[in-house]
Amino acid sequence: MPQTSYVRTEMVPERAPPPSTAGVIGWMRTNLFDGWMNSILTVISLAFVVWVLLSAVPWLISPTWNATSLQECWALIEAAGKPEGACWGVINERWPQMLYGFYPEELRIRPTLAFFLLFVALIPVLFNMISRRMNWLLLVLVLFGATFFAAASVLMVAVQVVLGAALAWLAYTVVTTKAGDRAEAIAAGASRLPNPLIFSALYVFLMPWLLWGGPIWSPIGAAMGFVLGWAAYRMLAAVIGNLGAIIAAFLVPVVWWLFLIGYFVSALSSVLPIGLEPVDSRLFGGLLLSVTIGVTAIAISLPLGIVLALGRQSDLMIVKSLSVMFIEFIRGVPLITLLFVASVLLNIFMPPGTNFDIILRVIIMATLFASAYMAEVIRGGLAALPRGQYEAADALGLDYWKAQRLIIMPQALKISIPGIVSTFIGLFKDTTLVSIIGLLDPLGIGNAIRSNAAWTGIVWELYGFIAFLFFVFTFSMSRYSMYLERRLRTDHG
Amino acid sequence: MSAQEIVREVDHSHMHVSDKMAIEIRDMNKWFGQFHVLRDINLTVYEGERIVICGPSGSGKSTLIRCINRLEEHQAGSIVVDGTELSSDLKNVDKVRSEVGMVFQHFNLFPHLSVLDNLTLAPIWVRKTPRKEAEEVAMQYLEKVKIPEQALKFPGQLSGGQQQRVAIARSLCMKPKIMLFDEPTSALDPEMIKEVLDTMIELAEEGMTMLVVTHEMGFAEKVANRVIFMDAGQIVEQNEPTEFFNNPKSDRTKLFLSQIL
Ligand SMILES: Nc1ncnc2c1ncn2[C@@H]1O[C@H](COP(=O)(O)OP(=O)(O)OP(=O)(O)O)[C@@H](O)[C@H]1O
Ligand SMILES: [Mg+2]
Repeated sequence: MPQTSYVRTEMVPERAPPPSTAGVIGWMRTNLFDGWMNSILTVISLAFVVWVLLSAVPWLISPTWNATSLQECWALIEAAGKPEGACWGVINERWPQMLYGFYPEELRIRPTLAFFLLFVALIPVLFNMISRRMNWLLLVLVLFGATFFAAASVLMVAVQVVLGAALAWLAYTVVTTKAGDRAEAIAAGASRLPNPLIFSALYVFLMPWLLWGGPIWSPIGAAMGFVLGWAAYRMLAAVIGNLGAIIAAFLVPVVWWLFLIGYFVSALSSVLPIGLEPVDSRLFGGLLLSVTIGVTAIAISLPLGIVLALGRQSDLMIVKSLSVMFIEFIRGVPLITLLFVASVLLNIFMPPGTNFDIILRVIIMATLFASAYMAEVIRGGLAALPRGQYEAADALGLDYWKAQRLIIMPQALKISIPGIVSTFIGLFKDTTLVSIIGLLDPLGIGNAIRSNAAWTGIVWELYGFIAFLFFVFTFSMSRYSMYLERRLRTDHG
Repeated sequence: MSAQEIVREVDHSHMHVSDKMAIEIRDMNKWFGQFHVLRDINLTVYEGERIVICGPSGSGKSTLIRCINRLEEHQAGSIVVDGTELSSDLKNVDKVRSEVGMVFQHFNLFPHLSVLDNLTLAPIWVRKTPRKEAEEVAMQYLEKVKIPEQALKFPGQLSGGQQQRVAIARSLCMKPKIMLFDEPTSALDPEMIKEVLDTMIELAEEGMTMLVVTHEMGFAEKVANRVIFMDAGQIVEQNEPTEFFNNPKSDRTKLFLSQIL
């Protein structure tokens, strides 16, 4: 007869898992040697990795860092008694060119500063784990460092003293106050440093000025366009209603930027000629060019893509068809065609004598191109949202824009992160296409170097280095997107 | 658990039906394309009423209550909610929506926001309540639905019953005059149904005007002052609960009751 009743008399204590399932051995057993098929694959893969390393490493380790031509490289390799080796002299000699193109050497501190400031400006946008003081500290640190590359003058020394003092004070507070104490003080109403996003917003105007130079009044004038638009909205909203005010807020800055800003800049420059030495767009090159085009196009294509995706879903017939036409047209045309349009055709349509900057034209085309893809990626995210989210937002009385901003977009964008980042990465790599219209991106520079008699015939070292430069950027973007996805996870955990 | 056990004893002392109209629906018709989903609906709801709407699947119950806060648009007739007529005028729609709370079958909480942020979102952005005050009110309501300790969690980390109670609290934070419930318990396991019904009963005991689409007949018997039976897009029968359940008049009602009880 089977026993049907049972009562436990003794509780089982906790035990460690058997050693074969835990630790390194357990991990290897489950992941590498799980069955004979898996084991064979593991061994083959390992053999392959070893073979690649054995052939690559001796080639990579090559005493050619100081060579000044390919022939010299060969001589050095032979002297070292190696059958073959990489020729690193080309990187040593030409890396500044690959980073900056023909940007004037004595001014290269400006793009470098712009690059480091870019990170300071991005931190409050991309990460929420760094304190305000830390962020300002980084900013002051970068600026302080940059002053040492500027021509020495009394003014510079004064700036150094001020920045140094600010740096010391910020560093002192960061080191001496604990995060918890600070949080309590803030909760109790202690005054905080200004939000570092202010600097991020300023950076938008600072970057072009640092790169292209010119009177300081140009970026100030550009920023004033937004101020004017905002002022127009505030003053007119009460008089002519919301819609009219929005149209005015749009038109006023456009008129300002197109027609009036020139007078503003030249008038103020004649009174107060402060500025940086201008640099022509044709001198931009190398990674500097790729990053300038890539970062700007990335930053603009996301909001533009959101607007297009919303337009495509709109109930308004005209808005909808315009968005669909734009997206389908841009996606249907190769980027190269758009770049040729930018480089050749736009000049034909422009009134003669106008000088529409070539990099600006390329940025516009790359942005339009990326924003069409972005719109479709975001539309995918929107489609994945259950209808209940829209209904709940409606039922709570949120209007269209508030619902989009607070409920729909945060979720749709989160769903679309992998697609958005893929588009960003694709866009960044596509910046190399500008070499076809004669701009010297890293590949263009590479070709220029290869046509130099001293380096003719060099391939792997040059392209490997360029690939490495791009990989650093694209891989960081990819890792950031994974970090963001993890941070935004709100289900279980 | 039978339908009777799941609903606790109800205190009727604060439930008064006033003679002020909360909702007035006149000759309302609605079509989905060619499909005539609601036909000649006439319904007046007075303040303080607890109305249960039942009927077979596809009879238009959800569509009816969704018309009341214009999640669906009606094509003929009129709907007046608390003195505001629903029309294509968006101002009126927004006004009605901020006065009418709605609880959905699938909760529809905002998964990217914490429970507290779910509750304070509409008060802050629609009512322009200062954040601090909105958070205090939100905590009061979380206490009322008995889950204040979950305030900082995300909806995905709560059980179904807890989520539905958060959804009720979210509606209440807007201080609505009328609450609409569309099958609030039909996505829940039996033990969770009880906690949600308890919350709804408490709301009824405080005198809230409620329209509830539900198949919980125990709730209808003990809480409702009126039960409406819908079929094929029409109101077929309505009566006070005892009479409705013990003495149904129409054959359709009898058939429906024999199937679900
Ligand atoms: N958006 C829509 N478009 C077309 N038909 C719809 C739509 N929504 C609902 N219907 C149809 O309208 C009818 C009534 O739907 P409704 O959801 O109001 O029924 P219900 O009484 O709530 O049913 P249930 O008890 O299943 O929830 C159904 O036949 C349904 O198929
Ligand atoms: Mg329904």
